[in-house]
Amino acid sequence: MRIPVKAVGAVAAMLLTTPALAGWEPTKPVEIVVAAGAGGASDQMARMMQAAIQKNSLMKQPIVVSLKGGASGAEALMYMKSSEGDPNKVLIAYSLIYMLPLSAKIPFNWRELTPVSVVALDQFVLWDNSAGPKTVKEFVAAAKAASAPFKMGGTGSKREDHVLTVFLEQKTGAKFSYLPYKSGGEAATQLVGNHTESNVNNPSENLEVWRAGQVRPLCVFDKERISYTTKVTDTQSWADIPTCKEEGVDVQYLMLRAMFLPGKVTAEQQAFYVELFHKVTQTAEFKDYMEKQALKPIFLTGKDMVQFLEEDDAVNKSLMTEAGFVAK
Amino acid sequence: MEAFGLLVHGFAVLLTWKTLVLMMVGLVLGIFVGVLPGLGGPNGVAILLPLTFTMDPTSAIVMLSCIYWGALFGGAITSILFNIPGEAWSVATTFDGYPMAQQGRAAEALTAAFTSSFIGSLVAVLLITFLAPMISSFALKFGPPEFFAVYLLTFCSFVGLGREAKHKTVISMSLGLLLAGVGMDTVSGQLRMTFGTAELLRGISFLVAVIGLFGISEILLTMEERLALRGHAASISLRVVLGVWKDLPKYWVTLLRSSFIGCWLGITPGGAIAASFMGYNLAKRFAKDPESFGKGRIEGVFAPETAAHASGTAALLPMLALGIPGSGTAAILLGGLMVWGLNPGPLLFVEHKDFVWGLIASMYLGNVVGLVLVLTTVPIFASILRVPFAAVAPMIVVSCAIGAYAIQNAMFDIWLMLGFGVVGYVFKKIGIPLAPLTLALVLGNRAEDAFRLSMIGAGGDLKVFWSNGLVGSITTLAIVLLFWPVLDRLLGHLTWARR
Repeated sequence: MRIPVKAVGAVAAMLLTTPALAGWEPTKPVEIVVAAGAGGASDQMARMMQAAIQKNSLMKQPIVVSLKGGASGAEALMYMKSSEGDPNKVLIAYSLIYMLPLSAKIPFNWRELTPVSVVALDQFVLWDNSAGPKTVKEFVAAAKAASAPFKMGGTGSKREDHVLTVFLEQKTGAKFSYLPYKSGGEAATQLVGNHTESNVNNPSENLEVWRAGQVRPLCVFDKERISYTTKVTDTQSWADIPTCKEEGVDVQYLMLRAMFLPGKVTAEQQAFYVELFHKVTQTAEFKDYMEKQALKPIFLTGKDMVQFLEEDDAVNKSLMTEAGFVAK
Repeated sequence: MEAFGLLVHGFAVLLTWKTLVLMMVGLVLGIFVGVLPGLGGPNGVAILLPLTFTMDPTSAIVMLSCIYWGALFGGAITSILFNIPGEAWSVATTFDGYPMAQQGRAAEALTAAFTSSFIGSLVAVLLITFLAPMISSFALKFGPPEFFAVYLLTFCSFVGLGREAKHKTVISMSLGLLLAGVGMDTVSGQLRMTFGTAELLRGISFLVAVIGLFGISEILLTMEERLALRGHAASISLRVVLGVWKDLPKYWVTLLRSSFIGCWLGITPGGAIAASFMGYNLAKRFAKDPESFGKGRIEGVFAPETAAHASGTAALLPMLALGIPGSGTAAILLGGLMVWGLNPGPLLFVEHKDFVWGLIASMYLGNVVGLVLVLTTVPIFASILRVPFAAVAPMIVVSCAIGAYAIQNAMFDIWLMLGFGVVGYVFKKIGIPLAPLTLALVLGNRAEDAFRLSMIGAGGDLKVFWSNGLVGSITTLAIVLLFWPVLDRLLGHLTWARR
C-alpha cells in the first residue's frame, strides 16, 4: 500500500509547486535575437541558453537563435522595435542599447521594449601580447615612450572598447590609436599576431589565446577582482588578475547582459519569460558557462531591473558624452 | 609521420555505422540546401545546428561538415542548369557551365564540376592534414595591410585579366563598391547612405543581389526570347563520366593552379568567392585561346570549382586553429563548436585530438561518398531541364523569392531582388559584366575596413603596404596584374623589336 500513497503525495507536491499563473505559454518557436555576429559573446550565450532550455526541457516550444548583427547590432534593435506585441522574440541585449542611439542616431529607446531580466555582467580586461610589458605600470611607461602611439584593438567604433580606450588615455596620459575591428575574436588574433599592442576584450573573447600563453591580462576594469579562483592557465586564475584601480589606473566599466521582449506584450507573457530565464540561470549549463567566461553573477527583474537600467543608462550617457562620441 | 598516425586514429573514431549514416544524411541534406538558391550552406547549417545538440561533438561535427560538403557540391547544380548561382562561390561556374548546358553538354559540365570539387577539396584536406600546426602561425602574420593587399590583388586581377572592356569592368566594380558602403560603417560607427530607412540599416545583402542579378535577369531574358527553353535534355551515363575523367590529365596545370589559389585564399581568409573568380581569370589568362572562355569551355568549369572547394575546405583550418572563420558556413560551425563546449584555438589540436582528427578524417570520407552520391543522382537533377520552361520559370522565381526572403525574413529584400533583376537585365543588354559588381559587393566593405585600419595604424603612410616582404610582394603583384594588358603589350613590343 505504501507505493500508491507515495505516488499520490508526489502528484500533490507537483500540483502545489506548479505556479498558479501558468496561464500563458509560447505557441510558436521562440527566437533569441542576437545583436552581434556568429561566434561573438552574445551568440555564445544565446546558444548556451538554447542548449540549456532544450536539455532541461524548460519549454515545450523549440527555441532558435537568430543572428541580427547587421549595422553593428542596430539591425536587432530595429527588429525588436518593429516586433511590437510579438511574445515569441527575446533580445539578448548589452550596452549597445544605450550607446547606438547616441553614437549613430538610431531611432531606438530601450524603454519601448519590455524588460525581462538582467542575467549577467560582463567584465573588461586590459590585455597585451605575452611578449609585451608585464605590468600596467610598465605598459603605460612603454606606451608613453613609444615613438608611434600604441595600437589598441577593439570591437566597433564609439562603443564600450573605444570608450575604455579614451578613459585609459585620460587617466594615464598615454596616447593610443584605436583600431575598430568587427569582432572581439578578430581583436584577439590581431593582438596575438602583434598587429596591435593591446586590447580591452571581454574575458570570453581572449580566453583561448590566454590559455595558449599568447596574451597577458594586465588588469580588470572593475572595483573588485573577478571571483573565480579555478586555475585557467597553468599558473593563473581569473581572480589573480589585479584590478586596474589596484594598479593605479582608476577606470571601471561593467557591461550588462539582459533579456528583453518587444514592447506591448501582456503581463502574463512577461511573467512567463521572467520565470523561464530564472530557471535558465539555475541550470548547470548556465553556471558552468558563467565561470568559464568569467561573467559576474546577477539576477534582476521587475522594478529592480528598471532602476538598474536607468542608472546604467545615465552612466553610459555621461561616459559617451565625455568621450565626445555623441552624434550631434 | 605523426600526422599520419593521428589520421589513422581519426578514421578509427569515425568508422562506426552511426557516423556513416549521419554522414549520408548530412550529404543529402547539404546537396538539397545547396540547390535552393539563397538557402545555401550557411543557412542550411544554421537551421540544422540545433538537431546536433544532443549528439556527441564528433558525430555532430561530422554531420554538419557533411551538410557543408553537400552544399558545396550542390551549389554547382543550379549554376550550370539555370545560370543561378546557389552559392556565392558558384558565380564563376556559371560563366562556362551554363553555356555548356545550353549546348546540350549539361551532364558533362556537371561531371566536371563535381570532379573538380572533389579534387580541390582533396588537395586542401591533404594540406590540412600535414600543415595544420604550421599554418596557424602563418595566418597570424595577417594584419590589416596584408588583408588589404589580398583584396587589392583580387580586384586588380579582375580588371587586368578580365576579358571584358576595362572601362565596363571598372563601372560595374565601382557600382558594387558603392552599394557595399550602404549601412553601418565599422570604422567610424556611423550610418551611411541609409536615407533614414530602417530597411537599409543592415546594408545590401550580397545574396539578395546575386539572386536578382543572375536569376531574375536570366528569366527576363528568356521570356523575351519567347519562352524558349535554353539548354537541352541531358542524360548522364557512365560513358560521359569516364570521358570527362579521361581528359582530366590534360588540365592538370589548371587543376593544380586552382587548388593552390584556393588553399591560399582559404587559409588567409580571402574566401572561396575570391578564389573561384581568381581561379577562373587565371585559367583564362594562361589559355592559348582566351576568347573561347565564356562560350562553354570545360576548363572554365574546372578552374573556379576546384579553387572554390579547395578554399572552402581550407577555410576550416583557420577556424579550428585560430577561431577565425574563413567563410559564412565556417562561422556557423564555429558557433556549433562552442555549444559542444569546444573552444577553437591552438589548444584544440592538443586537448581534443579525437575531435580534430575525426573531423579531418570525415573530410576524406565525406568527399569520396559525396562524389559518388552526386554522380549517381545527377540524372535526377539533369532531368529538371526536360520540364517545359513555362512550368520551370515560375518555380524558379518563387524559389528565388523564398531564398531572398529567408536570408533576413524581410519582405524588403524581395523588392530589392526584383530591382537587381532589372539591373542585371539592363547590364546584360548593354554588355556590362555582372561579376565585378558582385565581387565588389562582397569584398568592398572588408577591403575598405582593412585599408582604413592600415591607415590609422600607420598614421596615414602608404608605405605600410610595402613594409614587409609578405605585404610588399602581394601589393606589387596586384599592381602588376592591374596594368598587365599594358605590360603585356610592352613586353611584346620589346621581344618583337629585338628580333
